[in-house]
Amino acid sequence: MGWLGPEEWSALMLSLRVSFWATVVSLPFGVFVAYALARWRFPGRPILNGLVHLPLILPPVVTGYLLLMTFGTQGPVGSLLAQVGIVFAFRWTGAALAAGIMAFPLMVRAIRLSIEAVDPKLEQAGATLGAPRPLVFLTVTLPMILPGIIAGGILGFAKAMGEFGATITFVSNIPGQTQTLPSAVYAFLQVPGGEPAALRLVIVSIVVAMGALLLSEVVGRRAAARVAGT
Amino acid sequence: MSLSVKLSHRLPDMELDVAFDAPPGVTVLFGRSGSGKTTIVNAVAGLLRPDAGRVAVGDWVLFDTERGRWLPPHRRRLGYIFQEGRLFPHLTVRQNLAYGGWFAPRGAHRENRDKVVEMLGIGHLLDRRPALLSGGEKQRVAIGRALLASPQLILADEPLAALDDARKAEILPYFERLRDEVSVPILYVTHSAAEVARLATSVVALQDGKAVRHGPAAEVLSDPAVAPAGVRAVGAVLQARVHAHHADGLTELEAGGDHLFLPRIPHRPGETVRIRIAAQEVILANRKPDGLSALNVLQGTVLGIRSGEGPGAIVSVQTRAGMILARITRRSSEALGLRQGMKCHAVIKTVAIAPEDIGGRVIDT
Repeated sequence: MGWLGPEEWSALMLSLRVSFWATVVSLPFGVFVAYALARWRFPGRPILNGLVHLPLILPPVVTGYLLLMTFGTQGPVGSLLAQVGIVFAFRWTGAALAAGIMAFPLMVRAIRLSIEAVDPKLEQAGATLGAPRPLVFLTVTLPMILPGIIAGGILGFAKAMGEFGATITFVSNIPGQTQTLPSAVYAFLQVPGGEPAALRLVIVSIVVAMGALLLSEVVGRRAAARVAGT
Repeated sequence: MSLSVKLSHRLPDMELDVAFDAPPGVTVLFGRSGSGKTTIVNAVAGLLRPDAGRVAVGDWVLFDTERGRWLPPHRRRLGYIFQEGRLFPHLTVRQNLAYGGWFAPRGAHRENRDKVVEMLGIGHLLDRRPALLSGGEKQRVAIGRALLASPQLILADEPLAALDDARKAEILPYFERLRDEVSVPILYVTHSAAEVARLATSVVALQDGKAVRHGPAAEVLSDPAVAPAGVRAVGAVLQARVHAHHADGLTELEAGGDHLFLPRIPHRPGETVRIRIAAQEVILANRKPDGLSALNVLQGTVLGIRSGEGPGAIVSVQTRAGMILARITRRSSEALGLRQGMKCHAVIKTVAIAPEDIGGRVIDT
């Protein structure tokens, strides 16, 4: 694409890759945590709820710094993972980790709402018809919360696309490696004459965000209609 | 196969403590709301864990707190028909019907789907989703779904309560068929005396978590001391044969040599029907009444007079058709000089026999 410079283009592609993996990997965890919070009563529930929401209320820089301390090459988890060849610090995978963690609370909230909207009586009906718990989840709950999962996924993807503070703190701003779309906008604004490039990326950001929003509307409505049985 | 239930469970506002054996056929749990009916059904289904008890179908034990046995709901082989249907909204009628079959153990006796679909008259609905069904259609599909799960025990928790009278009249015959054609025991919860009269093989009358009476429908319904759904529910249940349909819109029934007229019913001449005659619709006379619009006058003997604190009394009268109950005031009873063994006449208004009180195809007694 001639309209975007190579650096801008690579920032966009990186952001898409980071957000895609952040969403895909965290979504199953999101469904599990949302289900646990919505349906189970267990001792650590308020703590889990707080932990999940922490990235939403902490300054992103703080989250990024905590990630760096934990998953950095010197960090307790990072050094262990480094021995098996998994490195997050200053890699695109680290950007995906940061984006996934920042998007997680939004995802969980959307999915949890849809789980709470499923009448537990339907799940009971499934059990009386002979379905064990996990199969009740797969055949009754999951299809009914699909709109919520899709909405949560798209919301999470959009959040991941826009994540800046935690990402830049954790994996820095290395062009071609960890420079996501927002980091690139920030970088272009720091150099004289960078405004046109920044503006092009801003337009791209708006298009991606609006596209995601419209997609979630369409998919969500279709899935909801399917579930409502019309 | 019979069902044996023994339960005790402490609820915030009630102490549930019941034990009964349900013979094959329909056992109705009958009582006001809050008497513990639904708690019992949910404990049998495994949706609620009672403090203590034992439930078994034949020699197959669903739970037994003494032996520490507790089968989770999905292993109890149930067909639970809920009040609100609880059809899966994201599945078509066909898939809803198939759902239970997906999990039924291999080798389990399977009802023939086409037969069930035909019996319930839902063939034209198979490709629809539940949102597009009427209340009565939903409930028919719910019955089918429960049946096709290869159940060892069918539970029905006020399956008609959410329907209007027309829909109730539409569904009741299907439960009668279920009773007559399916061999597994059916535990049916209701607070409607009409449903009890039509469906029950035996009745467990509940009050404040206790079984106050247990026996055949005719016996339990006629006992004013029980009257679990209020004195209005007291009534006699008679069995009669359809004698003839008359041109003026009446059907003539014959029972023990007595003839009864009631508004036309759909049953064919020769068929046996069960009718419930509510005690409050019966008038008593101490000599044969004359110049009366009521068509049904049955001669009989006073069996007993029961009265409580209130102004009313329930008089039981043995007629050739069976025992009739009349709810009259104590004052009338004294004015007529009623006493045990006395001859009297029971007068029943033809139109007082409501269609929902008439059931067909009785095979039990």
